[in-house]
Amino acid sequence: MELLAVGLTMAIGGMVPALAIGLLTAKAMEAIGRNPEAATKIQTNMILGIAFAEAIAIYALVVALIIKFVP
Amino acid sequence: MLHISLPAEIIFHLDSFPVTNSLLVTVLLTFLLLLVSFLSTRKVARVPSGWQNFLEMVIEAFWNLTESVAGKKAQRFFPLVFTFFLFIILGNWSGLIPGFASLGFWEMKEGRHVLVPLFRGATADLNTTLALALVSVVAIQYYGFRQLKLPYLKRFFDFKNPIKLFVGILELLSDFAKVISFSFRLFGNIFAGEVLLLVTAFLTPLVVPVPFLLLEIFVGFIQAFIFAMLTLVFLNVATAEEGH
Repeated sequence: MELLAVGLTMAIGGMVPALAIGLLTAKAMEAIGRNPEAATKIQTNMILGIAFAEAIAIYALVVALIIKFVP
Repeated sequence: MLHISLPAEIIFHLDSFPVTNSLLVTVLLTFLLLLVSFLSTRKVARVPSGWQNFLEMVIEAFWNLTESVAGKKAQRFFPLVFTFFLFIILGNWSGLIPGFASLGFWEMKEGRHVLVPLFRGATADLNTTLALALVSVVAIQYYGFRQLKLPYLKRFFDFKNPIKLFVGILELLSDFAKVISFSFRLFGNIFAGEVLLLVTAFLTPLVVPVPFLLLEIFVGFIQAFIFAMLTLVFLNVATAEEGH
């Protein structure tokens, strides 16, 4: 039962952050395509946004690790 | 069998204060940083070359980034933010040094013979990342107070209209959430990386762990960069003068 919880936590908890990161990067690509001169600025802000989105996935990972390794 | 421990293992006691393996590594890293800074700034040449050139390159790149975010306040924020970056990048990469999960003592724990590693990546311990996150958030409040004096509290308690009051309460909550977010983002990334490396080394010790090591080097850099940049952005927001 615990193993099921671990697997499901990570699987479901990774879905929406992955979507969020994909959307972010897609919009960043579009913006760079429109204005190649601002590429570094857009890239820096994109990395920042991706860190926020990824943090949610990391929370799910930490919960999964806690369930698995804390008896 | 694979032995992964979420909390850092205690290696010895200093008069009832438990010293963990990651604490040992943070102390070593601090001394290393101090030593390198001291030795590098003793004879500063007008035209840099070699090590000084490399350091100036790194500092200039980060300084340009800081200036593009904070503008005129960059000089005030740069030392804190760059120190965060240096300490965290070294802490993240320290878990990749060979020997870190393998050198240790054999101890009896709950009737099983387990290896207690002598060293552990500095930021793979929630205590370290929590400490860094607390320093960051407290520094944000400190700089905010120093810049705006008492009106800084208007960011959280604005009694002009109920909407602004609600937004202020949300800001207060979000500052607490920042502590959790900073510490868990850094801890999760680095600890998960260590687990990943352990598992790949356990399954296929030859060749296959190499791309994962490269990934971990990259992730270590990115997480240090993210921590420093987010601190800078929040500092900038906290010290922003009213009325744009």
